[in-house]
Order: sequence, then structure tokens, then C-alpha cells
Amino acid sequence: MPTTLTINGQSHDIDLPDDVPLLWVLRDAIGLTGTKFGCGVAACGACTVQIDGEAVRSCQVALADVWGAVTTIEGLGTPVNMATLQQVWVDHQVAQCGYCQSGQIMNAAALLAQTPDPTDQDIDDAMQGNLCRCGTYPRIRAAIKDAAQRLQEA
Amino acid sequence: MAKIGKIARRSFLIGSAAIAGGVAFGVYQVRKEAPNPLIAGEGEATLTPYILINQDGITIIAPRAEMGQGVHTTLAALVAEELDAAWDDITVLHGPPAQAYYNQALLGLALPFRHYADSDFQHNLRQSVGMVGKLLNLQITGGSTSTRDAYERMRHAGASAREALKLAAAARLSQPVGTMRTENSRVIAQNGTEIAYTDLAEDLRDITPPDTDLRDRKLWKYLGTSMPRTDMVGKSTGTAQYATDIQLDGMKFATVRINPRRNGMISYDATEARAMPGVDTVIDLDDGIAVVASNTWLAMRAAEAVAINWEDATYPSDTETLRGAIGASLDGPADSTTRDDGDVTATRPGTEINASYSVPFLAHSTMEPMTATARFTGDRLEVWVGTQAPVLVRDKCAEAVGLAPEQVIVHTTLLGGGFGRRSEFDFPVQAARIAQSLPGAPIRMTWTREEDMRHDFYRPAAMARFRGIVADGKAQLVDGRIAAPSVTHSSAMRMMGSVPPGPDRGHVEGAADQPYAIPDFRITGHLTELDMPLGFWRSVGNSFNGFFFDTFIDELAHAADADPLQFRLDMAQAEHAPSAGVIAAVGEMSNWGADTPTNIGRGVGFTYSFGTPVAEVVEVEDTGNGIRINKCWIACDVGTALDPGIIEAQMISGAIYGFSAAMQGEITFRDGEVEQYNFYDYDALRMHNTPDFTVQIRETNPHMGGVGEPGTPPAMAALGNALFNLTGTRARELPLINTFDLIL
Repeated sequence: MPTTLTINGQSHDIDLPDDVPLLWVLRDAIGLTGTKFGCGVAACGACTVQIDGEAVRSCQVALADVWGAVTTIEGLGTPVNMATLQQVWVDHQVAQCGYCQSGQIMNAAALLAQTPDPTDQDIDDAMQGNLCRCGTYPRIRAAIKDAAQRLQEA
Repeated sequence: MAKIGKIARRSFLIGSAAIAGGVAFGVYQVRKEAPNPLIAGEGEATLTPYILINQDGITIIAPRAEMGQGVHTTLAALVAEELDAAWDDITVLHGPPAQAYYNQALLGLALPFRHYADSDFQHNLRQSVGMVGKLLNLQITGGSTSTRDAYERMRHAGASAREALKLAAAARLSQPVGTMRTENSRVIAQNGTEIAYTDLAEDLRDITPPDTDLRDRKLWKYLGTSMPRTDMVGKSTGTAQYATDIQLDGMKFATVRINPRRNGMISYDATEARAMPGVDTVIDLDDGIAVVASNTWLAMRAAEAVAINWEDATYPSDTETLRGAIGASLDGPADSTTRDDGDVTATRPGTEINASYSVPFLAHSTMEPMTATARFTGDRLEVWVGTQAPVLVRDKCAEAVGLAPEQVIVHTTLLGGGFGRRSEFDFPVQAARIAQSLPGAPIRMTWTREEDMRHDFYRPAAMARFRGIVADGKAQLVDGRIAAPSVTHSSAMRMMGSVPPGPDRGHVEGAADQPYAIPDFRITGHLTELDMPLGFWRSVGNSFNGFFFDTFIDELAHAADADPLQFRLDMAQAEHAPSAGVIAAVGEMSNWGADTPTNIGRGVGFTYSFGTPVAEVVEVEDTGNGIRINKCWIACDVGTALDPGIIEAQMISGAIYGFSAAMQGEITFRDGEVEQYNFYDYDALRMHNTPDFTVQIRETNPHMGGVGEPGTPPAMAALGNALFNLTGTRARELPLINTFDLIL
């Protein structure tokens, strides 16, 4: 029997075994490839999405265990209508290879929702699970601080 | 955003036009010698191998792979600068495999000069030797050469296209071409009439673009400033496409499980795997198996369920034995002596220092594990892959499935990190073979992280032994021996089946070619014969020699009771002014020599590599809860800084890559297998242990240097030197976590 998920506000019927991780449901069954596979063991954060606003590693959540509405990078904003955080990422020219950035942005979005004015320590604590082999961390940190300011002024 | 749709369509047009030979409007010399691979469609003009204009817009074809280093942006700026194209009007695509896109600068690196001693004669000679790259189809992104290679070629392409557009407009308006000017993707006539470039695409068909001079640097609008990266919106919205994101109708999903001892299979039993949910088939790849399924995760689960009896490794099976072999070659005869100033055998007065160093094997661990997508339809193979070497991929895939190269189409996607790993062709060949066994079905293949970590082409372990003499506060003699298996030989055997003649300069780069005046100065290379899977790792030989050589220089400075920064500066000043310049600059930036608390240590590191001297000062702090890196100051001299924002990002990126390896990177072998599996046992710097950076970009170097790699080598040495300053303990082995209590 298909499982029904709400993803970026849309309902999807998924015909896959219960234990398939949400990551692979998103990427292969629905075609939302903005969410990336990096490690499969929650060690890199490339697959980070939000479930009911909480940042989760989608490689560790089985299809049957998805407990709420899923938001992916595609649901945060689009190239013609970017979320503030995505616009800040562009303004700070954060990405290099870019492969980890969907996960970085989804994690940062959850951080800012919970902690609108994060300290360096807050950023360290929240973001250290997200690996970037290009080393974009200094610009990620600057972008998060800038986004916090812009979101508070908005 | 309309551009995304256009990109997809144009990718298809260019992809299908690959190879088939040239139409169009010849211009620059390179195009005359190699056919333009772009074919103009209806209403389009392919002005050069780098520019396609149609009614939708202006597309610039980048001959190099975008793997994060920003090369698409800088190469596009080279063209747009001369073309007078508005930045927002430009789309950048990867070029197809084609002779026209060979890398001239890469081969020039092989010439036997000290690259820092770059007279115009030597520079020109390197350029002309580089032409051989065309014959070898050297369409490779590597050696920090992309911008140097493109600097003149792509500006010429833009300039001659601009002149062709003026000719077209002049003809249409029946006015003299001399009265036409160009601005913002438009030709403007004297009376103010404006014609958009896109409207002139048809008219261009009958025009041969003229050769023309390049603009003076003073007139640059784009070059020299930080441009918005052309890939940034896609990478911030999840819409950027990597090979693992390709979506085609009827797509199936695959993964592989290859012998972790890098040999064949004795036998395997896939009965259980074949019965698992979603599994289509299990394929024999000789050195392992592939599983094709309805979902990547189902394929990965099934691949684990295949019982496989592997053949043993052909190389020594454990780290101890491998290190023993490298150590033995260090004692053996030299394969090369590429630096031999003065006479290191002479007796010299002074204090003698001896030191031995050792570094481990390293993995690239790109964020995107190896992936490729392929579709085989009998007489045609299409491959989508993030690759640093598309011609090689085309030829090796053709060979693997029994087709001619011209029957294979390679679409280069964005690379989820390269660092040298994606110059290999193992993974696209696997995808091609899987696709061949299921004709008609598009196959998207994704490796697990474990497969990626355990099937890399590793940076080799290396060892060195240095003897030095200091007197009067200066280095009088340096005699270094460097031993490792050869990356050049390992990769050349895979790519070409033979080893290039002459000394292996890559093996001693970062030591033999350093711009220091030392009266007696010799570096010998000692190659260890090991049949290992080794490859190009960001900064290649400099990645180990930078640590060996600069750490030894630091030891000499302390033995001479000299300030380590001034000690380096004195030696560089006499030999190479740009190198001295970055050492002095990093001293000023960091306020070197100022008093610091006892829980703070500082070290300096310097390496000249890929044409760019880079000096770094690292500050470490003993927090009482482990040691962390607080700050890093970087000064580099790239000659001409085309995009300061990108250069800054690359210097920091290179340093972080170096710190990660120096602190904790280590690949070990047991029973012929790599013992590391994933990021939990092969990790890197993260947000909380990344220092603050300050970068200064200098432009006194007479020739342009690379930026993707030169930040890496000095970072490793500077960190070790800072830890010595803090603790008094000299680490002569990496990773440093084995010696110091670092915060990971």
C-alpha cells in the first residue's frame, strides 16, 4: 500500500518499501534531487531536510517513520523567488562545488527559526554536523549572521 | 528563471553536436588547428569553440570543469570582457570532449626549469611545448592551470567575435564598420541605432571574424573585480545539476561493489540479492558487481547481500610493509637530481641538522561520491559525468563497450568536488558497462561513501630525510632525499599504458623547485616501485614536499637561532622577489614577532607551487581543553588577479584542505584493504574548528600563477611549525593528531 507524504506542500503517494530512507524517496521516486547523498550514516549533513520545521538527516528517516510535513531546498525558495537565506548565500558567494550547500542551507534555516540572533558558538553547535570539503565555512558563518540581521529587520 | 530552461536545451544542442567537425567562423589560431566542435543550429552562430550565439542568448563554452574553483565564472569573464557582453546575458556550459579544448598550460609544467625563474624565453618555450597538449587531447582540468591556459585564448575569442558582430551590423546597416561600437551585448551605430547580438546570429553566418588586438588592462570592466559566480543561484537553490541528479525517462538506479583489494573476483553468489525488493539485475564487472534496481538505496542494500570471494591485492597488504618499502627506497639510489646547486658533499663549517619525515596515504573524499549516468543504445553511448578529463572518459568508455570514440557522447556536469579524484575514469566506465548490459535504459550509478573511501586513487605515503648546515644565522647547505611511489607513473600507466620519459618532477615539486638561495642545495627523488592505486591529490607532490621542505627550513631557522620568517625572507630575497614579497606581507598582516601569551603559538609556512608563491602564518591556542587553530593569514602573488573574490575563496579552501589532512587525514591498509570507511573515520575540518582567515592577493609576479592548489602545501607546514612554537615538540610525521591534543 502506498505511503502518503506531504513534501513542499504537495501530497505524494510513494510505492516503496517502508524502510527506504526519505533521502532516496525524495531523490529517486519524486525527483527532488536538490537533497544530496553524502555518507548515508548522518556524518555529513548533505541530506538535511526539515520535517515540521526540524532539521533532520533524511538518510536516517525511514519512509514509514516520516512524522510530518517535509520541506526540501526546493521548497525553501526557487531561483526566481529565493528565500532570504538563499539570497544571502548568493550575496556572500558562499558555494564552491556546491554539493553540500542544500544541507547547509536547510540546517541554517532551522537554526535561524529557533535562534534568530545566533552567536558564533550557536553557529558552531548547530552547523558542525554539516561537512564541506571545499571549506566554505567562513562565508557560511558570515552569511548566517547577515541573514539573521536581515530577517530581524524584515 | 528562464535561463534554467535554456541551459537544458542548449546542453542538448551542444552535446549532440560534439565531435562532428567544424562549421563556422574561424578566428583565433587555436581554432585553425583544431576543428570547432560546436555545430550551429538553425539561427545560431558558433563564433569560436568558446562562443555560441542564438536568439535566446549568448553561451560561453568553458573548456574546463567547474568543480567549485569558480573556473566557469572566470573563463566567462575573459570572453565577456572583450565581447562586451552584459554579465546577466551569459550562460556558461561545459565543452564537449574535443581537441580544441586541450590544456596548453598543463604540459608546460613538465619542462625542466625552476618555474619561478620565469624569463620570457622560458615562458614562451613552455607555451610552445604546451601545443603538444593538443596532439595528446589533453583536455584536463588540473595543475591549477585553467585560467593561465585560457587567459589569452578566451579573450581572443571574445575580441574576434565582437569584431565579427560589428561587421555583421555594419553590413546590415550599410554603414562603415569603423563607426560601430559595442556595449551591453549590443552593437551601436553612430546614429544611435542599436542591434542586439542575439539579433545578429543569422547575419554572422557569412562573416569570418577577424583577428584583433586585446584590450589594455586599464579598460577592463569585469576582469580584476569579483564577479557574481554564474553557478551560485543554482547551488543555493538545489537546482544545480551534478551527474547524480540527471533525470531521464525510464531511469534505473545502480551501485557497485568492487574488490577492496583492487583485484578480481574468484567467485560470487547473487542469489539472495536478486530476490530482494526492487532489484532488476546483478551484473558481473570482473573486479566486482553492480546492482540495478528501482531505487538507489535498494540497489545498495542488495549489493551488500552479494556474497563475494575476492582475489588478494597485488601490492603489500598492510601499512607497515608499504612504509617499509618506501623507507627502503629512501636508502636506495636516486631516480632524479633536479636541484643541485653548489656541492653538498663538501665539508662546511656550522651546525649540522638531520631530520626524517613521514606522511601517510590520503583520500580525496569529495562531497559527492563517485557517480555517473549512462545510456547505451547499441551504436551509441551517452555518459553524464562530472569529470576533469572528458576526452579520456570518452575514449575509455568507448573501449569498454566496444564502440568508436565518435559513437560516445560525454556530457560534463558540475562536479561535486574534484581535488584530482575526478581526473580518473573508473566510475564512468562502470556506468557505461552497466548501461551496456541493459540497452536502452538510462542508468544512474551512485557509489556508497564506503565504496568511495575504499576505492580512491590515493595521495601516496611519502618519506624524506634532510641534512642541513647553518652558520652565521643562515642556511649554508640543504641535502634532501624524498621517497614515495610515483603518482605520475601510476596515473600514466592507467591513462596511456606507458610511463613518460625523463625525471619525475612531480615527485620532488615543492622541494627541488623552491626559490631559495642556499649555497649548497640538492634534492634527490627516490621512487618506490609499488603497484598501488595512486592519483593526483590537490597540489600533488607539493602536498608532501611542502610539509617536508618547509618544516626542515623551520628546523634550520631554529638551529640558526634566527627568526623563522626573516630566515625565509633572507633566502627568498636573493632568489625571487615575488616570493620574498609574500613572506614579508604575511609578516606584516599577522604582526609577526609581537608578544603573545604562553598559550598561543605561531608558525609560518611557505611554498611556491603552480606558479604562485604562498606564505601563511598560523596561530594556535592551547585552550586547556585541546589545541585549536585561531587564525590564519595568507599572502599569495598570482601575478594578475582576475577575480579577487574567487582567489580569496580558493586560498582559504586550499588551506582548509591542507589543515584537514595535516591534522587527521590518514588512510591505512590491512589485508590489502583500506581500513577507513566513511567520514566518521576519515573526517575533515568543520565549522567549529575552522580558523578566521585574512588573505592578501599580490600582483607583482611577472606571469600569472594558479590558485586552486597553492594554498594547500604551506598550510600543513605552517600548522606544524606553530605547534612547535606552542609546545616545543617538533612533529615530523603526519597526521598531527598522533602527536598533539587537537580539537577535532
